[in-house]
Amino acid sequence: MIDFESTFKISLRSLYINKMRSILTSLGIIIGVSAVIIMLSIGEGAKERINKEISSMGSNLLMVLSGSTTSSGVRMGSGTQPTLTIKDSEAMLKRCPSVLEVAPTVGQVQQLVYSNQNWSTTVNGITPGYMPIRMWEIEDGRSISQDDLKNTTKVAVLGSTVTTNLFGDMDPINKTIRIGGMPFKVIGILKSKGQNGMGQDQDDTVLIPITTAQKKLFGTDFPGMVKHISVQAKDEESLESAQAEITELLRERHNLGKNKDDDFTIRNFTQMLETAKQASNTMALLLGSIASVSLLVGGIGIMNIMLVSVTERTKEIGIRMAIGATAMDIRIQFLVEALLLSLIGGLIGVFIGIAGSKIVDLFSDMTVIISPVPVLISFGFSGLVGMLFGYYPAYKASLLNPIEALRYE
Amino acid sequence: MDLIVIKNLIKTYATGDTSFNALDGVSLNIKHGEFVAIMGASGSGKSTFMNMLGCLDKPTSGSYFLDGIDVSKMSMDELSAIRNRKLGFVFQGFNLISRTSALENVEMPMIYKGIEPEERIKRAKAALKIVGLEKRESHMPNQMSGGQQQRVAIARAIVNDAPIILADEPTGNLDTKTSIEVMEFFVKLNAVANKTIILVTHEPDIAEYCKRIVRFKDGQIISDEKNSYQKGLDSLDKVNSEGIL
Repeated sequence: MIDFESTFKISLRSLYINKMRSILTSLGIIIGVSAVIIMLSIGEGAKERINKEISSMGSNLLMVLSGSTTSSGVRMGSGTQPTLTIKDSEAMLKRCPSVLEVAPTVGQVQQLVYSNQNWSTTVNGITPGYMPIRMWEIEDGRSISQDDLKNTTKVAVLGSTVTTNLFGDMDPINKTIRIGGMPFKVIGILKSKGQNGMGQDQDDTVLIPITTAQKKLFGTDFPGMVKHISVQAKDEESLESAQAEITELLRERHNLGKNKDDDFTIRNFTQMLETAKQASNTMALLLGSIASVSLLVGGIGIMNIMLVSVTERTKEIGIRMAIGATAMDIRIQFLVEALLLSLIGGLIGVFIGIAGSKIVDLFSDMTVIISPVPVLISFGFSGLVGMLFGYYPAYKASLLNPIEALRYE
Repeated sequence: MDLIVIKNLIKTYATGDTSFNALDGVSLNIKHGEFVAIMGASGSGKSTFMNMLGCLDKPTSGSYFLDGIDVSKMSMDELSAIRNRKLGFVFQGFNLISRTSALENVEMPMIYKGIEPEERIKRAKAALKIVGLEKRESHMPNQMSGGQQQRVAIARAIVNDAPIILADEPTGNLDTKTSIEVMEFFVKLNAVANKTIILVTHEPDIAEYCKRIVRFKDGQIISDEKNSYQKGLDSLDKVNSEGIL
C-alpha cells in the first residue's frame, strides 16, 4: 500500500497536467456549492426578517376588530360598525385568564399643523397598555399616563416620521401642535420601528389619550366606542384559548343569540407571521434543493471526466500495475483524484458563495445571512459527491488487466 | 534451488468452442546471473511465456517457483508485490509515463514499495547516474531520444534492486547504433551487477549478446543452448578499457 502523501502528489499532478479539463470539471461543483450557499443564505435572511417583524409588531398578539355587522341584510366589512367599547376591553382583562394585557384603540386620519408645516396621518387614541403590547418605546420625553386618560389632557406622542415632517431638526417636546384645529402639547417622541411586513411606515403615527380622542377630538356618535382592541396573550400556547375566551365573553356582553353572527372579528397576527415563517422555511428548502441538483449534475460531470481519464490513461495504469501497483493502489489514486476535483471545486464554491451572498446583500433589498452550517454542509456534500461519482471510474480502473492495459495504444 | 524453476507450464486460451494452448508444457530452469535470450516467431508463445515469467498472468496449470516462492497460485495483489520486488521490466515501447519527469518515472517502483520520499529521490538519482542520464532527470519522456527513454526504463527496472530484469524486445524501436548501446548496457548489468537478464527478441544479432538462447515454437521449447557470447565479451573488453561502471 502506498503512502497518502505520494498518492496525493500523483493525483494532484495528473490534475495539473490536464489543467483546463480539471477547471471545467470543478466548475460544476463550484456552481453547485455557491448556489446552495447563496440560496440558503437568502432563505435564512427571509426567516430572520420575519422574526424581526414579529418582535417589532409585538409578540403573542391578537387583534379584536369591531364591526362585521349586518344592517338591512347588507353585510358590512369589519370595523364599519363600532361595536367594541372600553368596557369590553376592561372585561377581557378581568375575566379572560389567558389575556395578559389589553389596549383599546380608536384611530382617525387627521390634519396636523405646526407653525407653517402641516402633515396628514392617523391619530390613535390609546391607553398606556398600548405601548408594551405593540413594542413601542419612548425616544425622548414621556409616554401617555393613566392621569392623562383620567383628565382627558390634550397631549400627543409623535412618531419619528411625523416629527421630521412637522419639526425638521427642531426639538418638538413641549411645543404645541394642532390636530384637527385643536391644540395638543407634544410630550414625547417614539423610537423608530421602520417599515412593517407590508411596507407601511410604522413611524407615521400620533398617539393621544383614548379619552381625549373619544370625548374631544373625534366627536363620535357612540361614546366609549373603540375601533379595535390589541390583546396580548400570556404566551404563544395560550393564543388559541385567549381567542376562545374573548369570543365567548364578547358574545355574552353583546347579547348575541345562538343564531347571530359575531359583531367583531379576532385576528391572530402572531399565527399569521408564524405561517409566513413556515412558508419562507419551505421556500429556502426548495431553493436549496434546486441548487443541490446542480451539485449533483457537477458530480456527474466528475464521473464523466474520470471515466474518460481512465480510458485515456489505460497504458499508464498498465505500467503502474507492471511496476507493482496493486488494484487498491490504482483505485485509491483515481478516487483521490475525483475527491480533489470536488473538494477544490467545493472550496472555491464556498468562497464564491459567500462573496455572492454579500453581493446580493449589498445590491438588493433582500436580507442575506451567511451562517456556518449551510457552508459546511454544502462543502461536505461536495466531498460526498466526489466520493460517490468518483468510485465507479476508480473501480473500473482497478479491474484492468495489466497485460491488456500495457498493450493499449 | 535455481532462481527460476518452471515445470510443465500450460496456458490455455478459449476462443468460442475451440481452445488452444499458447504454452504447451514448458519446463525451464534459470540460474542466478544468467543472461538468456528467448527467441521465436510471432505466435510461438514467447510473449505469453514472458507474461508468465513477469507474473503479469497466471498459468492454467504447471508450477513456477521464483526465488523459491511458488507464484503460480498467488492472487493478483500478491503478484503485484512480487513484480515490485523481484522483477524489473524493460519494454519495446519504453512505457514511461508521459508528461512525468525521468526522475519521477524512476521513483515510481519505490513508491509502490513504500519507501520514504527522500530515500526515493536519492536512489532514483543514483540509478539515473548509472545509466548516464543524471543531467536529464527533469526531462519529460517526449524531450528525450528513444535510446535515452530506454535507459530511463532500465534505471526504473534496477532501482528497486530486483534480481531479475525482463526485457521484451528492448531494441525493437531503436536504430542499430542505439541498439548496440542498450545491449552493451545489459551486458554490463549482467557482468558487473550480476543481474539475471531474460530478453525476448527475434533479431539474431541481439541474441548474440546473450549467454544462452531458448527458442520457442507452437508453445513449446524447441531448443535451449549455450551461446558463444562473443559480442558480450567484446563489449566487456571495451568497458574495461574505458573503465566505466
